[in-house]
Amino acid sequence: MAIKVEMPKLSDTMEEGVIAKWNVVEGDKVESGDVIAEVETDKATMEVEVFDSGTILKILASEGDAVPLGKIMAIIGEEGEDISDLVEEAQSGNGAKEETADSEKEKQKANKSEEKEPIDPVFGELEQNGSEQGTKQKSASVTDDGRIKASPLARKMAEEKGIELSSVQGSGPEGRIIKRDIEEYTPSRQPAAPAAMPSASKEDKEHRVSQMRKAIARRLAESKYSSPHYYETIDIDMQHVFAARKKLNEASDVKISFNDIVVKACAMALRRHPAINSSWKEDTILEHGDVNVAFAVAIEEGLVTPVIPQTDQKGLAQISAESKELAELARDRKLQPEQMEGSTFTISNLGMFGIEEFTAIINPPNACILAVGAIRDVPVVENGEVVPGKRMKATLSSDHRIVDGATAAQFLSTVRNLLENPLGMLL
Amino acid sequence: MAELQFREAIRAAIDEEMAHDENIFVMGEEVAEYDGAYKVTEGLLDKYGSKRMIDTPISELGFAGIGVGAAMNGLRPIIEFMTFNFAVLAADQIINHASKIRYMTGGQISIPIVFRGPNASAGQLSATHSVSYDSMYAHFPGLKVIYPSEPDDAKGLLKSAIRDDNPVLFMESEQMYGLKGEVSEEDDYTIPIGKAKVKREGADVTIIAHGKMYHVATQAAQKLSNDGVEAEIIDPRTVKPLDMETVVKSIKKTNRCVIVDEAHPFGGLAAEVGYLIQREAFDYLDAPVQRVTLPDTSAPFAKNLFDEWFPSPDQVIEAVNTVTYRK
Repeated sequence: MAIKVEMPKLSDTMEEGVIAKWNVVEGDKVESGDVIAEVETDKATMEVEVFDSGTILKILASEGDAVPLGKIMAIIGEEGEDISDLVEEAQSGNGAKEETADSEKEKQKANKSEEKEPIDPVFGELEQNGSEQGTKQKSASVTDDGRIKASPLARKMAEEKGIELSSVQGSGPEGRIIKRDIEEYTPSRQPAAPAAMPSASKEDKEHRVSQMRKAIARRLAESKYSSPHYYETIDIDMQHVFAARKKLNEASDVKISFNDIVVKACAMALRRHPAINSSWKEDTILEHGDVNVAFAVAIEEGLVTPVIPQTDQKGLAQISAESKELAELARDRKLQPEQMEGSTFTISNLGMFGIEEFTAIINPPNACILAVGAIRDVPVVENGEVVPGKRMKATLSSDHRIVDGATAAQFLSTVRNLLENPLGMLL
Repeated sequence: MAELQFREAIRAAIDEEMAHDENIFVMGEEVAEYDGAYKVTEGLLDKYGSKRMIDTPISELGFAGIGVGAAMNGLRPIIEFMTFNFAVLAADQIINHASKIRYMTGGQISIPIVFRGPNASAGQLSATHSVSYDSMYAHFPGLKVIYPSEPDDAKGLLKSAIRDDNPVLFMESEQMYGLKGEVSEEDDYTIPIGKAKVKREGADVTIIAHGKMYHVATQAAQKLSNDGVEAEIIDPRTVKPLDMETVVKSIKKTNRCVIVDEAHPFGGLAAEVGYLIQREAFDYLDAPVQRVTLPDTSAPFAKNLFDEWFPSPDQVIEAVNTVTYRK
C-alpha cells in the first residue's frame, strides 16, 4: 500500500515549504524516522522525517520547488507497486487533497487573529540591510581593504597617462579596471558626475525571495502599518558597566558581553514595568507572566530573533551562555521554531557596527523593542568641567496602543538607572 | 618545397643525416625488418643495412642503455620508442644517465643521442597509452625536448636534434603521422632548437600551443576570427629550451594569453609558461593568463568520455573569452 509523504506543517505560520535538499533518490529504501529531505520554511531549514518504512517510489518536487502545505512531496511503497493514481493526483493538483490544503490555509488564516499570535523569527531593520548594500556598491573596483582592482597593464597605462585609477570605472570581473577602461577614459567623466557614466551600468539581477525574506517583509510591514510606533531615546552613562564587566570577566568562565548586561537590565526593568511586557489583543491587553527577552541576530538570509526564556530569573552567566548558543544556532540556521517563540520584548543591538543611534520596528506581538547603539567615548560636562565619558544611546520603539509616552519613559529611566548603577542589578 | 606526410618528413630527416654521417644508427622495436611500427623508418634497412638499422626485443631499458653507452663511445644513436608511454621503462637511462653524464664528467663525455617516438594520446588507447611526457622530461636539466606540430618543423628540428651533442627527446604524435604539409627540400635544412614560431598573426590574444594542440588552437582561432577576434598563435616547437622572447613580444602586443597544453594541469608546460609570462610581462597583462589542459584525470577509453577529456577548440574559445573580457 503506497503512502503519501505530504509537506508537513513545520511552523505555525508556514504556508508552503521550499525543498532545500533531498537526502534520498527514487528507489532508496527508507525506515521510519529517516530524514528524507530538508525544507526551508519561513523560519528555518527543517528536517522532514518519514513515519513509514518502504521504498521511495516517486519524488514529486525538485530542490528549489515551493510545495504548499499538505501537498504530496513523495510516495513511499513497495517496489514495483502501481502508483499511477497517486502520481496523477499529485501532479494534477486537483481533488480532495487540494481542497484540504486550501481549507487548511483558510483555517489557518482565520485562526490567526484568534490564536496566540505566533512569534515570528524575523525582525527589525530593513534600513540596515539597505545601507550596508549601498556602501558595498559605492565603487565595484574598490576591494574591502580599499585597494583598487586593476589589471597590471591598466595600472601602467593609467600611470603613463596620468589618470587617477580611482576616477575610472572598471568593466572587468568584479569591477576590475582593464585596458579598455583606460583607453576609453575621458577626463570629462569625472567621478563628480556619476550620472554621466553610461558605460559603467551593470545588468540588473533578480534574486528569488527566500521564505525567510518573505516572512520578514510581511511581518515587518504588518507591524509598521498596524501598530502606531513612536520613539524615545535615552543617553546612558556606561562607565560603571565598563568597570563592572571587566571585574565580572575576571571572575567568570563565561565571557559576559555588554549586550548580555543590557539584556539583563531590560529583563529586570520589564519585571518592574508590566505594561511594557504586554501584547495588544484588540479587546484586551495581555500582560505576560514571564519576561522573555528576544534578541535580533543578522544572518545571511535575513534576521531571526531567538528568545531567552524567563530572562529575569537568570543570572548574567546563564544569559551570556544561552545567548551565545542561540546566536550560533541562528547563524547555522539550526534554530528550532520553539527557540524563537514566546518573546515578550526584543532588543536589537547594532553597536558592533558603530551605529550610534537608530529606530527598530516592533517585533509583533511585543509592545516595544529597544534599539541599542554603540558605546562611544565622548566628552561630558561634570561640575562645569569637560571630562571623558562612555555613553550609549538606546531608543525604545513603542506601540502607542499599549504603551503611552510616560510609561515608556519610566521604563527607559529604570533601564538607565540599572546600567548606570550596575551593582543595583545584584539586588 | 614538397608536400610530405609528417612520417615522411621525419624519415627524410633521418635519411639525410644518416647519409652524411655514418656514426648515426637507428635502434628500437620493429624499426628495421618491419619498417617501423608507424612506418617512419620504411626503406632505411635496405639503404643502410642491419648494422645501422637495429631491431631490438621489447626491452626499453636495455636498448636505451645501449644507446647511451654507444653515444658515450662516439656514435650518434637515434632510439625509437614505439610510444613514449613505454619509455618510462627506460626513464632511468634517460633521466639519470643520458641527462647527467656530461655534467658528472665535467664536460668530458657528451651524449649525442635522440630518443624519438609518438607522445601523448592517439584517441581511444586508454589510460596507459595516452600520457603526454614533454613537460616531464623538460623538468630535468640536461635534456632538450622537442614536440613539433607540422611536417616542416619536424624535419628541420629533427635534423638539428641529430646533430646536437646533447640528449634530445623528439616527440611526435600518432594522430599527426599522416598529416601533410609543405616541407623544405633545401639541402642542409635545419631549424634551430629553442626558437618558437608565430604561426598566425593577431592583435587580440596570444594563444600558445604546441604538438597536437597547435591544431586545436588553429581551429579555435578560425572560429574566433569569424567572431571578430584575431588570435596570434605561437608554436614554441621546443619545450626546452623554451623561447620566451617570442612569447613576451606577442604578449606586449595582445596583453592577453591562453596556453593550450595536452598535458595534465599540475606543474606542466602551461604552468611554467604562465609563471614566466607574469614574471617577464607583468605590466603588459590585462587579464590573468588562462590555460586549457587535460583534466587531472587519466585518459578514459569510452569515446564520449575521451572527447570530453581532450582539450577542444570550444574550451580554447571559452578561455579566450575570459581573458578578453568578452563574456
